[in-house]
Amino acid sequence: MWQNEVKKVADGIRKRVFEHTIKNNGGYLSQTCSSADFLATLYVKTLNLGPGIAPAIPLPFGGVPSATNSDSFTGAGYHGEATPDRDRFIISPAHYALVIYATLVEVGRMDPAGMEHFNKDGGSVEMIGAEHSPGMEVTNGSLAQTLSMAIGVAIARKRRNHTGRVWVFCSDGELQEGQTWESFALMNHLGLNNIAIIYDVNKQQCDGAMSSVQELGPTAEKMKAFGAHVEDIDGHDIEAVAAAAEIRPENGPLVILANTSPFEGMDFLKKRFPRLHYVRFKTAEEAEELEKAIRCQLYGTN
Amino acid sequence: MELVSKPYARAFTEFAKARPEVLCVTADLTSSCEVDGFRDNYPDQYYSMGMAEQNMMSVCGGLAMEGYRPFIHTFAVFLYRRPFDQLVCSVAYSNRKVRLMGFLPGITTPGGITHQAIEDIAVLRSVPNMTILETGDATEVESVLEVADAVEGPVYVRVLRGQVPRLFSEPFRFNRLRELSKGDDLVVLSAGITTEEAMRATAALKKAGMGITHLHASTLKPFDSETLLDAVSNARHGIITLENHTIIGGLGSIAAELMAEHGTGKKLIRLGLKDTFAHGASRPYLMKKYGLDALALVKAAETLTGKETGLSEEDLLAVRLDEVHSENKAEAL
Repeated sequence: MWQNEVKKVADGIRKRVFEHTIKNNGGYLSQTCSSADFLATLYVKTLNLGPGIAPAIPLPFGGVPSATNSDSFTGAGYHGEATPDRDRFIISPAHYALVIYATLVEVGRMDPAGMEHFNKDGGSVEMIGAEHSPGMEVTNGSLAQTLSMAIGVAIARKRRNHTGRVWVFCSDGELQEGQTWESFALMNHLGLNNIAIIYDVNKQQCDGAMSSVQELGPTAEKMKAFGAHVEDIDGHDIEAVAAAAEIRPENGPLVILANTSPFEGMDFLKKRFPRLHYVRFKTAEEAEELEKAIRCQLYGTN
Repeated sequence: MELVSKPYARAFTEFAKARPEVLCVTADLTSSCEVDGFRDNYPDQYYSMGMAEQNMMSVCGGLAMEGYRPFIHTFAVFLYRRPFDQLVCSVAYSNRKVRLMGFLPGITTPGGITHQAIEDIAVLRSVPNMTILETGDATEVESVLEVADAVEGPVYVRVLRGQVPRLFSEPFRFNRLRELSKGDDLVVLSAGITTEEAMRATAALKKAGMGITHLHASTLKPFDSETLLDAVSNARHGIITLENHTIIGGLGSIAAELMAEHGTGKKLIRLGLKDTFAHGASRPYLMKKYGLDALALVKAAETLTGKETGLSEEDLLAVRLDEVHSENKAEAL
């Protein structure tokens, strides 16, 4: 049963990021809570990816790309070889890097030892990922550019009659960038239908709740007006995610709005609201309290 | 002097139709960038991406990831001002082969500040992995495409359109300064449209007895430093740079950096926009007003050498006037 495997992977992602956060006195816990279930569903059930072709333990940073540097690399190899029939999975929110690394470990595409490289000088497993980081393919930290680049990939694949889809994972804060809507306008103009985008609609951003930073309004309606096929679903409902992901619109992109909770599976984080973007601890007591509560919920023990 | 009508339009079509990996991309300035004919004849190799440069830049980064070589056609200002972050993160960092064809460089347009790319070279020269080319005549416009497309990374090109004078018979050569005259009093270094002006001035100055080594730069990054430094070392009085750009960060700064680093110890006069924006007016008017014309170069040569030439405006060749409303332009811009 794929559902059991998805649940196991999602549980593993939460535990792995939690342990990492405790060990390193900080981490991206809320992003893990919101995205673990749909990421697990995509990797286990949806994505048609080949076996990983990147080193199980990530290489040190190979230097910046240039005409003379033959050592630079991207992290795309963790998603397998790019072949005409396979999907591509392109990650936009670079600050979800820790979640992506944990996910790659849970689905067997990266060695657990790779997590030890996180945010270490000279490594490629960077805190804010870039194209050389495991699972990443583009330099994504300036948000909303990835979707546009993925559109370029999708146009190229359409020209070559590739059957595989281009999947893009975005965060909902990116919907505030004007470039996102330029992207939707172009996908509409071209009728691009070999691209599928999943948004983690956790309604949080760096400053706090999105409603306090800038209200988005009716996202699904706006996207539909831009010609997208929108599935507005519960992002923790793995059956719903899997079903939505099967849809292949005749015209225009598939968009899955995965409505999620930044506390899912770690109720204790509610106490931190609205400072959820990066969870760190000011005192040992604070760390202990959080660890105890979340450990109890994740493992069912004290 | 031969004036060539729309050399880019013909050159791009000939170039691109033979190369299926080359894509023509525009943002609502297709005819203004002389690729409307290509669009009409080769629609499968053409993409209109709307008046949305940020998305266009990143999309082209994605196309280049997959092995296509997108040629973006728009006004130069719209390639590096609005989508600068996209140019850096989606194209330059990854060293992607996106070709940025920038029309209306500097004050070649009466469109004013919003249309005049006067700091493009300064901005883009500071971006790692960028190559910067500038065309100065019809021959360079015709031959720059193959040069740009051979570059293993992103390229920004200042392109001339409409009626373009033919100054050179030899095609564009990558990273090679052209030596247009030789003499031992001073060096004149020009690029783009200022070379035609400089040729007018140097001809008159030579008649007045000055020895001038005139160098034309069409590759601004990288730069043919060896030829420049040789010429400057052999010049009695020093060097004058003349650029269709602010004097900060462009051709004059390139010369200054190289000369200082190599301890040439020669004087430098930088002609160009002197840390000022321009405004909307004709090219001859702006070149005169901001001191980018032949007369400005004559005056600078007199200052540098301490010799009066007695040359007046009338002594310089008649200024070539473009018709504002011309069949060669899509609009008066």
